[in-house]
Amino acid sequence: MMNPVHATDLLKQMLLVRRFEEKCAELYTQEKIRGFLHLYIGEEAVGIGVMQALRPEDAVVATYREHGHALARGMPAGVVMAEMFGKQEGCSRGRGGSMHLFDAKLRFYGGNAIVGGGLPLAIGLALADKIRNNARVTCCFFGDGAVAEGEFHECMNLASLWKLPVLLICENNRYAMGTRLDFSHSVTDLYKKAAAYAVPASAVDGMDVLAVEDAAKSATAAVLSGQGPYLLECRTYRFRAHSMYDPELYREKAEVEEWKKRDPIPMLIQAMEANGFKVDLADMEGQVAKQVDEGIAFAEAGSWEPVADLLRFVYSEDPA
Amino acid sequence: MTYREAVREAIRKALRADDRVFLMGEDVGRYGGCYAVSKGLLSEFGPDRIRDTPLSESAFVGAGIGAALGGMRPIVEIMTVNFSLLALDQIMNNAATLLHMSGGQFNVPLVIRMATGGGRQLAAQHSHSLEGWYAHIPGIKVLTPAVLEDAHGMLLAAIQDPDPVLIFENALLYNAEGELPANAGPVDIRHAAIRRPGRDVSVITYGNSLGKALEAARNLAGKGIDAEVIDLRTLRPLDDRTLMDSVARTHRALIVDEGWRSGGISAEISARITEQAFYDLDAPVQRLCGAECPMPYAAHLEAASIPQVATIAAAIEGMVQPHG
Amino acid sequence: MPSLGADMKEGTLVQWNVKPGDTVKRGDIIAIVATEKADIEVEVYETGTVETLIAQPGDKCPVGTTLARIHVEGEAAPPPVSPAPEAEKPHRVKASPLARKLALEMGLDLENIKGSGPGGVIERHDVGHVAAALKSKPPEAAEPAAPEMRHAIAVAMARSNREIPHYYLSTRIDMSKALRWIEQSNQRRPIERRLLPVALLLRGVARALTDVPELNGYYLDDKLKMAGEVNIGVAISLRRGGLMIPAILSAQKKSVDEMMTALSDLITRARSGRLRGSEITEGTVTVSNLGDLGVETVLGVIYPPQVALVGFGKIIEQSWAENGMLGVRPVLTASLAADHRATDGHRGAQFLQTLDHLLQDPEAL
Repeated sequence: MMNPVHATDLLKQMLLVRRFEEKCAELYTQEKIRGFLHLYIGEEAVGIGVMQALRPEDAVVATYREHGHALARGMPAGVVMAEMFGKQEGCSRGRGGSMHLFDAKLRFYGGNAIVGGGLPLAIGLALADKIRNNARVTCCFFGDGAVAEGEFHECMNLASLWKLPVLLICENNRYAMGTRLDFSHSVTDLYKKAAAYAVPASAVDGMDVLAVEDAAKSATAAVLSGQGPYLLECRTYRFRAHSMYDPELYREKAEVEEWKKRDPIPMLIQAMEANGFKVDLADMEGQVAKQVDEGIAFAEAGSWEPVADLLRFVYSEDPA
Repeated sequence: MTYREAVREAIRKALRADDRVFLMGEDVGRYGGCYAVSKGLLSEFGPDRIRDTPLSESAFVGAGIGAALGGMRPIVEIMTVNFSLLALDQIMNNAATLLHMSGGQFNVPLVIRMATGGGRQLAAQHSHSLEGWYAHIPGIKVLTPAVLEDAHGMLLAAIQDPDPVLIFENALLYNAEGELPANAGPVDIRHAAIRRPGRDVSVITYGNSLGKALEAARNLAGKGIDAEVIDLRTLRPLDDRTLMDSVARTHRALIVDEGWRSGGISAEISARITEQAFYDLDAPVQRLCGAECPMPYAAHLEAASIPQVATIAAAIEGMVQPHG
Repeated sequence: MPSLGADMKEGTLVQWNVKPGDTVKRGDIIAIVATEKADIEVEVYETGTVETLIAQPGDKCPVGTTLARIHVEGEAAPPPVSPAPEAEKPHRVKASPLARKLALEMGLDLENIKGSGPGGVIERHDVGHVAAALKSKPPEAAEPAAPEMRHAIAVAMARSNREIPHYYLSTRIDMSKALRWIEQSNQRRPIERRLLPVALLLRGVARALTDVPELNGYYLDDKLKMAGEVNIGVAISLRRGGLMIPAILSAQKKSVDEMMTALSDLITRARSGRLRGSEITEGTVTVSNLGDLGVETVLGVIYPPQVALVGFGKIIEQSWAENGMLGVRPVLTASLAADHRATDGHRGAQFLQTLDHLLQDPEAL
């Protein structure tokens, strides 16, 4: 049974991420955002769907494609945008940029530029909860590329061995930068690898936010029951290039168009309408646009961290 | 008491004092520790606090980082510095970086202990001295205890440090005997120590080379050469003040380091002396370092590859005119 | 052959620094000439091209003899193609940083120190040996001074004593403020720019002479001719024995820093025989600083045609009474030997009093 209020909320969250990411692309071409920019366009259902299963006391570890996760977790658009502009009002004082969004209050542990680099961190956060008997979940997002890294296998093994409360979300968008799934993996149903570590796992249609939400809630419940980790493979697709400077020579335009037919946003709207719920898209777009614009304004108005503070926080500062 | 026992005693004290502390690493529990440092601790503290890990350096070092983020005070033992290379990404890109990269939000109160050094005919892949290499990285602290008091007290201090601390224990020191005062506690981890005051040359070293330098100095005293021997104790931060004060008095400096010379910690120290004590120097700064080759297995070749008492003495004699 | 002193009658050409065809500009050092007193660098006052060299090295020429012909251009000479008159690279002495620092502090010239380090590098103990030797050996025990120089000094001394009616004044100056100022100033300075007290004293003398200008000048033809510039002759003892008194020119314009630099430079060049003619001939007053040799009070003999000689002795801790309280201060005895024909005791005393006041406010100096 679909809850229209909830569905509307999910739709709005996805739309916010979509429009935010589109703006980022535009601002990047204007050189307001520099460095690397990895857009979540097309994958919104995964981040937002999973986030519904997490509570404020849970922890989130993400990848460099994490704007959507940050916004879904509750980071204001302005703070994220300011970070990408490099302003000190950004969530990481402008020091991290697009790939390194952090927020201690939201228990958002980045933003990691090393593929697979966040997995050991997540294992450790879960280990701490296990030792302290905290009823909390650490949710770790990673891509299909990370599954090839040794870290994935070490962490699967360790999490299973010690029954750590970690929710492992594999965002399989079928390409590790420019390398397609079947050129990377001997076993392309990635969730099946979990069996080798005795970790319960499943796959879900990552373009269907409601399906993702359902699957994530089941998985989280399993983790919180004390049975250990759960691997949820979310099958999704990114409509844009890996990052801004990518001519996408590795995939066919036709394939992209095919997947765009399963764009999670129209898909949800259709589902809602099929259930008899009206969607005032124009109004929603208006609200989202306002949020994004205000975020950009906040970032524009931000300030640069003084160069004199460059060496602050290399080490912890003594309490005043 | 041995150096090994001093380290064990410190781990014990840390575990008793703070239930956030736990030890994690390969063979630290049932095996009792590759170097027997943690022998007996499993039965005393149980498997939750003395955790054997699989051979997954990257995962368990990263887990140590994550656990520290999550409110614990882990001691991660990497069996030797040679295996730490598998965890280098976690150390460099996470432990050293998170605080600065997050704008000050996430400090990592993690201690990583590693055995280091060569001299046991374990050949090229098991004989590295990479502590100087790690000292290159801002965001971590690098300690090299050479005496019992430091083997014990530096760990206690490191546990209290809010930032990642790497402690390098030279494997040949574990059997060293010494005295540990009954009330020994945490020690300073920012300063070098003058282990032997002298007038003619500042011999600057750390770890297993300290003992060799002191012996060389003792031998040379009979020949009218009075060497000052300084134990660096910490490679990051380096204690410039102690070093420059010493050079201001002796006007000559010899750096002894088991690690390779090129781009090593000896090069850093030499550069600092030139920058800060140039006008006190009566001769160029000299360095005696590990030979620029992978560590060979044959005993005589290995001995020739790292500083020894005789080569340290010869280096000093090459710099100092004896006086009556 | 230029006249470089009232007593100079002739000079011997030692070497030419130019050859025919070279361009020279005003101020270039064109030759080195040996005189009774010292080897002198001869500067050229024209800008042009060297046509012919008439005198040859070894020739003894009376003052006024033409030594060379220079063709003066109508316009300024084009810049020389070669970078320096001497084509040789500047000679660099190999010495450790510590040895250099010590040599500078002691006023010793590295050129005259033999190095015992690897490759002949001068090290600290090499400098120490030279410094010790200088202190321990009385000048007579050293290689005897060139006979001509001793003769010249003797002549000058006798003439001064004979002709000039001297009067002597001395005063004790509390140097505590001056020494403290120097110490604090030196803490902020790199080694090569540190000040010695003598620089402050020279500055004080220059300033005090602007108050009492009758002490700065010449007594010639039965009258006092006050000089516009204050060129302070500094008595410099040479290692071979003997004395040189080259002048720091235009000392009244020099700050303490500049005085220090000028003095160091002068000492170096005096000991290596590279003084300029103007420095030898144009002193307007002389300062004798014998404090380093442990002498407390200096009562000197004026060098005619000058009319004053200021002496500084050693700074020693002495009891000092002030405001009814007895303390210990670093005290310098400053003395003035003056020509009674040019000034009287009153003016002399004013000079010393002004000097004292100036040294109580080193910052203003």
